[in-house]
Amino acid sequence: MPFVQVRITVNGSEQAHAVEPRTLLVQFLREACGLTGTKVGCDTSSCGACTVLVDGESVKSCTMLAAQADGAAVTTIEGLAAADGTLHPVQQAFHEHHGLQCGYCTAGMVMATVSLLDEIPDPSEDDVRLGLEGNLCRCTGYHNIVASVLAAARARS
Amino acid sequence: MIPAAFEYQRVGTADEALALLVEHGDEAKLLAGGMSLLPLMKLRLSTPTVVVDVGRVTDLSYIRDEGDHLAVGALTRHRDLETSDLLARECAVLRAVAGQVGDNQVRHRGTIGGSVAHGDPASDLPAALLALDARFVVRGPEGERIVGAADFFLGFLETALGADEMLVEIRVPRAGASGFGFEKINRRAQDYAIVGAVAARVAGGIRVGLVNMGSTPVRAHAVEHALEQGASIEAAAREAAVGLDPPGDLNASPEYRAHLAQVAVHRALASV
Repeated sequence: MPFVQVRITVNGSEQAHAVEPRTLLVQFLREACGLTGTKVGCDTSSCGACTVLVDGESVKSCTMLAAQADGAAVTTIEGLAAADGTLHPVQQAFHEHHGLQCGYCTAGMVMATVSLLDEIPDPSEDDVRLGLEGNLCRCTGYHNIVASVLAAARARS
Repeated sequence: MIPAAFEYQRVGTADEALALLVEHGDEAKLLAGGMSLLPLMKLRLSTPTVVVDVGRVTDLSYIRDEGDHLAVGALTRHRDLETSDLLARECAVLRAVAGQVGDNQVRHRGTIGGSVAHGDPASDLPAALLALDARFVVRGPEGERIVGAADFFLGFLETALGADEMLVEIRVPRAGASGFGFEKINRRAQDYAIVGAVAARVAGGIRVGLVNMGSTPVRAHAVEHALEQGASIEAAAREAAVGLDPPGDLNASPEYRAHLAQVAVHRALASV
């Protein structure tokens, strides 16, 4: 099968690679771009570990072809902090409220949260729990994750 | 999991997509948001040799007031349905059901047309559209035809769409800002419904669609009939599984599904 040329602006930098059409966005990010912050968890669009932003909205990058994102702007966990290392408010809140244990789901949780707070800037606890239903954490019981998201919302307002 | 190899074609118009379908027939599949097709391809349950990406046919993304009905473009995303002011006023049931499909990430990508064309009895929107007696505008090489929802879902993942046809628009009646109920029973928040029930007051009557209670989305005709005869909500809900043949799987036996259908219909009717 002929390769396709895929050009995606990843974290502000243009990434152009010729890939097989069946290349998933998460493979493009991890293997072609070398950005391994985005994790593959379940690989069945259930767990949300691979969540990234495509044109500002959360998507599961294991269930999107890289070719579908051609021309789009993608943000991964590596693209959130400022150039001087200052953490994004959502990252800072997860840090301060310890919204993680093993950390495997965290990149996806943080990216899903950034998208959620863009859509619901002042969420209730219910909004947070429902808004993160697509992200599974097997360690925390979610308590500190929810606390982190609510703290991030307060910090942004 | 990686899909089997395929040739990728991106199109900008429905007519370009149709030309490729005519050329490749059964070997080609249309890809919209990919929320149903890509998981099947990753499991190698679907192995098209040509994938036609219609995700950028942006002129098929709309929700319009057409007077006697609302017209929804096939490539309208669930996210756009669940945030639509027009639907909030004129067909709130569709808005509410779209807002419970999958999770945020799924709703950012998935489309109403993709969900309908996939024909999965476990999906929420097909059952809702069946309850609403929606009409589907299907475009093929000979032009357009309109298929009623009752004639569209033929079997498990099987619809009235021909290999050279594309669903382009969904037409729904005005069903108002209230007068509906949607009950989805599942184990985890984002899961498909083990059983779901959509009840909506349309044109003076109450219609009920069921999720995951057969090889296609189905109408609970016995419930509707009982309500017409003046039965109470409790009595009508007991008819939820009459005449149906629900599937059994790891989540639920057919008998348990029949019970859940009664529970879901009762709750949905109580919200109408």
